[in-house]
Amino acid sequence: MTVHIPSALRSYTNHQGEVQVEGATLGSALSALDARYPGFRFRIVTEQDRIRPHIRIFVNDQQTQELRSPIGPEDRVYIVCALSGG
Amino acid sequence: MARTAMTAAAAAPTGAVTLLIGTRKGAFTLRSDGSRRTWKLSPPMFLGHIVHHMMLDPRDRRTMLMAVSTGHLGPTVYRSTDAGKTWKESSAPPAFRKVPEGEKGRSVDHVFWLTPCHANEPDSWYAGTSPQGLFRSDNGGVTWTAFSYINEDPQYLEWMGTVQDGTPDGPKLHSIIVDPRNPKHLYFAMSGGGVHETVDGGKTFRPLIKGLEVVEGFDPATVTFHDPHCVRLCLSNPDRLYQQNHCGIYRLDRPSDQWVRIGKNMPKAIGDIGFPMVVHPRNADVAWVFPMDGSTVWPRVSLGGKPAAYVTQNAGRTWSRLDKGLPRADAWWTVKRQAMSRDGHDPVGLYVGTTSGEIWASRSEGRSWACVARHLPEIYSIEAATFGR
Repeated sequence: MTVHIPSALRSYTNHQGEVQVEGATLGSALSALDARYPGFRFRIVTEQDRIRPHIRIFVNDQQTQELRSPIGPEDRVYIVCALSGG
Repeated sequence: MARTAMTAAAAAPTGAVTLLIGTRKGAFTLRSDGSRRTWKLSPPMFLGHIVHHMMLDPRDRRTMLMAVSTGHLGPTVYRSTDAGKTWKESSAPPAFRKVPEGEKGRSVDHVFWLTPCHANEPDSWYAGTSPQGLFRSDNGGVTWTAFSYINEDPQYLEWMGTVQDGTPDGPKLHSIIVDPRNPKHLYFAMSGGGVHETVDGGKTFRPLIKGLEVVEGFDPATVTFHDPHCVRLCLSNPDRLYQQNHCGIYRLDRPSDQWVRIGKNMPKAIGDIGFPMVVHPRNADVAWVFPMDGSTVWPRVSLGGKPAAYVTQNAGRTWSRLDKGLPRADAWWTVKRQAMSRDGHDPVGLYVGTTSGEIWASRSEGRSWACVARHLPEIYSIEAATFGR
């Protein structure tokens, strides 16, 4: 699948805005990203496996905050930094 | 007394001072010349990141840690081993235990406080977080684990309360203090939950709240009602601590466990409410505070728009106003608990960072002040550092 990386996280991905990753669920995809880019996951997912309050994740055009959400190889995942004020 | 003063003066460092500045929008350093008269501001580091605290390791005077989050992203710790030229992220930042599904677990929102461990424990650090948690690293900040039992202890969790019980951006574990004579003797404070002490390296902790007042109408025997803002230990007499609390200024002389409200001796029109407190490095009778308006709805700004530090030269029996050079009017800023610091020079340099992004410095122990930086983002913390040569 393709994961769109927001600018706030591109310091982890060698400044790539899109990366390809494998995984059957959102959680496994983020774990795969973290294995490739250490530290990436904890900035957007808490130690209790919850998406952080100002992070929104969309699979194609559907928002999901569940790490167990299934994802297919052709899906596009968008990580969005949202609403943190001035 | 004179002999002590002469010895102390000989031990004082000299030369350039570097202020390590954490702000709501990044980190900066401000480096003085050898006389501390002129200052040079660095470009921003981690621009846009919330930098809660930045510390130089006094044991090697090269390693630095920085507690960072952003408006969107979770917390982390950055580490530099070359005096801030390059930084690497911690591979395991402070995090609470993952609880089984269905249970309610805590998540670190930000790392708030960093303290190097004892001089005999190189590469070891403590960190305090929001929500309140105590963590330790034994590899220079690369990985962190919970320190002691308190992050999981039912009694401590009750005293810590919930995120609703603390300061607006979350209750904070702060003022982690290591007794320079004994690495197993540790103090810490919680903005919701009082001051605590261990003498056995964290196997047991106990509250240290006798004599501290709480908000009117509440029971001071209830630990959770206590709101210490800043606790400092006197290096020249480690049996003496000072504290700026939500409810006054206090001193504690061990082995007593009874805090004494020395803020009652402040001028009545000023009161004894504030966030930061600083103690003299070589004279345990000398301490500084920066009072704020704690009336009515708690404006938490300089009283009357006229900022001033206050100093005691006699352990809190009397206080003197120190405002020469500070704005005479219309300065409605606040100094947060980590945003007042000192160097070790003689005379001691004092540094204040404001919520309006100014840094005021005194190289005369507060007798006169000058603005040495302005237009910075809101300042969260200042530490005065002397790097190794």
